[in-house]
Amino acid sequence: MKKILFLALMLPFAAYAAVGHVKLDKAPIDYGDAVSIQRGARVFVNYCLNCHSAQYMRYNGLMALGLTEQQIRDNLLFGPGKVGDTMTVATRAGDAKEWFGVVPPDLSVIARSRGADWLYTYLRSYYRDDETATGWNNLVFPNVGMPHVLWELQGQQMLEVKEEDGPHGKHSVTTLVLDQPGTLSANEYNRLAADLVNYLVFMGEPQRASRVRIGYMVLIAVGVLFVLFYLLKREYWKDVH
Amino acid sequence: MTRTQALLEWIDARFPLSSLWKEHLSEYYAPKNFNFWYYFGSLALLVLVIQIVSGIFLTMSYKPDAAQAFGSVEYIMRDVPAGWLIRYIHSTGASMFFVVVYLHMFRGLMYGSYRKPRELLWLVGVLIYLCMMAEAFFGYLLPWGQMSYWGAQVIVNLFAAVPIIGEDLAVWIRGDYVISDATLNRFFAFHVIAIPLVLLALVVVHIMALHEVGSNNPDGIEIKRKKDANGRPLDGIPFHPYYTVKDMVGVAVFLAVFSIVVFFAPEVGGYFLEYNNFVPADPLKTPAHIAPVWYFTPYYAMLRAVPAFLGTQFWGVLVMGAAVLIFFFLPWLDRSPVKSIRYKGAYYRIALTLFVVSFVVLGWLGTQPTDFLGKLGSTDTAVILARWFTVVYFAFFLLMPWYSRIDRTRPEPERVTG
Repeated sequence: MKKILFLALMLPFAAYAAVGHVKLDKAPIDYGDAVSIQRGARVFVNYCLNCHSAQYMRYNGLMALGLTEQQIRDNLLFGPGKVGDTMTVATRAGDAKEWFGVVPPDLSVIARSRGADWLYTYLRSYYRDDETATGWNNLVFPNVGMPHVLWELQGQQMLEVKEEDGPHGKHSVTTLVLDQPGTLSANEYNRLAADLVNYLVFMGEPQRASRVRIGYMVLIAVGVLFVLFYLLKREYWKDVH
Repeated sequence: MTRTQALLEWIDARFPLSSLWKEHLSEYYAPKNFNFWYYFGSLALLVLVIQIVSGIFLTMSYKPDAAQAFGSVEYIMRDVPAGWLIRYIHSTGASMFFVVVYLHMFRGLMYGSYRKPRELLWLVGVLIYLCMMAEAFFGYLLPWGQMSYWGAQVIVNLFAAVPIIGEDLAVWIRGDYVISDATLNRFFAFHVIAIPLVLLALVVVHIMALHEVGSNNPDGIEIKRKKDANGRPLDGIPFHPYYTVKDMVGVAVFLAVFSIVVFFAPEVGGYFLEYNNFVPADPLKTPAHIAPVWYFTPYYAMLRAVPAFLGTQFWGVLVMGAAVLIFFFLPWLDRSPVKSIRYKGAYYRIALTLFVVSFVVLGWLGTQPTDFLGKLGSTDTAVILARWFTVVYFAFFLLMPWYSRIDRTRPEPERVTG
């Protein structure tokens, strides 16, 4: 009887089982790790900046990470541009639409719209799928038009669906299994993905560090003001009864 | 005579500076028992000024063109010196304006600030609230993100639901057959100058109406009834310096909260700056979930709760409109012999509590997709909840002539208490 009552109470929550939400891994974001963000910038300009633009990010914005203009020009700026230019791409929208079915979105503020956890999980959830145009599919973004650009580094994952016993009968468990290893180990690739997401978060809001720094100073100033104003108020209000 | 005195005399002969100062500040008597709930009027004025000043600086760099708007906001965030700060101040200020005004209105509900002789003061206030809603709606299209575009699409479609004239009305509002560059340009004009001018005029009228009758207070009694030999209210104190100095403390606390948001969490989990609005507007891609910003969500929940009758969704629009307009009638719905909740009985206290609960729950329901709580039979659970709380919301107003009259009130004091 109690079991039936329990199940009846839990019935509304069955609605959640129907929704296909992938559990997102927590992205190990470290706003203060400038070296991680530099590594992420290197991955970004080498692998992403061919199809995706970052049209609101200037190359010299990377100086906030402790790089000099010359370092940016030597290592991160390919082509004839200047260090003050924005990160645009040469790929034409029409061509991209033809090849991928969709224009690769601009990534300047992708970390602000998708979120770091989504991006981190997405970069690590690709698997081989012969049914798609690119031969790749993604657990976080089903039938995505983007191939697994970093496949040489991660290797090739395959999708494994298993039937498992659970409290309410059998249910399917989906896992990704590394079928062919890449040049990086699993830990190294996770580190790379974390660096890249760190960079995307930085690129979404480059002045975040100064925002927080100024914030502490402002709060202290407002705190001082509060004390002064409160003492002033108390003094004036002594004659009110 | 000193030079300052001479200057003041010169001005006073040409402009009523000293008399305005006396009439509205140094010899304007306000009740001495103002509490926490009385900070929010001056804070609302502060936020209005903050929005205007930050808005002016944004207008210097923002481009009201569909192809350039989103990019110009990012340009402000990255390349304009302190542009990020101005942007966050403006986005935080918009939400804080509604926080402050909702608390300001709640004070009115608690202490009967809308009662005679302050009915007109209340009406002007509700007009200000309506203008704020329009201002926020027009302003939200300007960043030209996905939420901007599709939120505007939903709201303009509400006008299209009006019988007979709806479609033409929607085209007139949009300036085009769809939300487009034409819409962006006119919404910019409304947001930057048309409504701010109306708002400023209404705020001036609001304060003049207040000063004409004097402020209410937490006890709901009229301090002008007991005056001393000089004609000054016994329970009144001059606004300056007592409330100018006290309001400064309120300002400091407000700025602390404001700064915590601006500098440490400007997005407030997606409630002040919605995540989906960082995606440029795409007329061909409808977002999975369209929701207005939090301050509109109670009314949005009501809109979605009302089913289609006789083949039209217009009833939901009517209910949503009625929910805002019903505030206008409040002074005439309250038939209690006392003004303040302090001397009203249990009926009013329960009714007000239920009203606040329904407003908050409706607000929460409005932020989520209608299926987020599953189904009860063939209807979404969230929709059923929204329907019940909409009934409670309207019952607060519609039943008030009855329960305010039969409520067991206590006698009001002769002089103000703390």
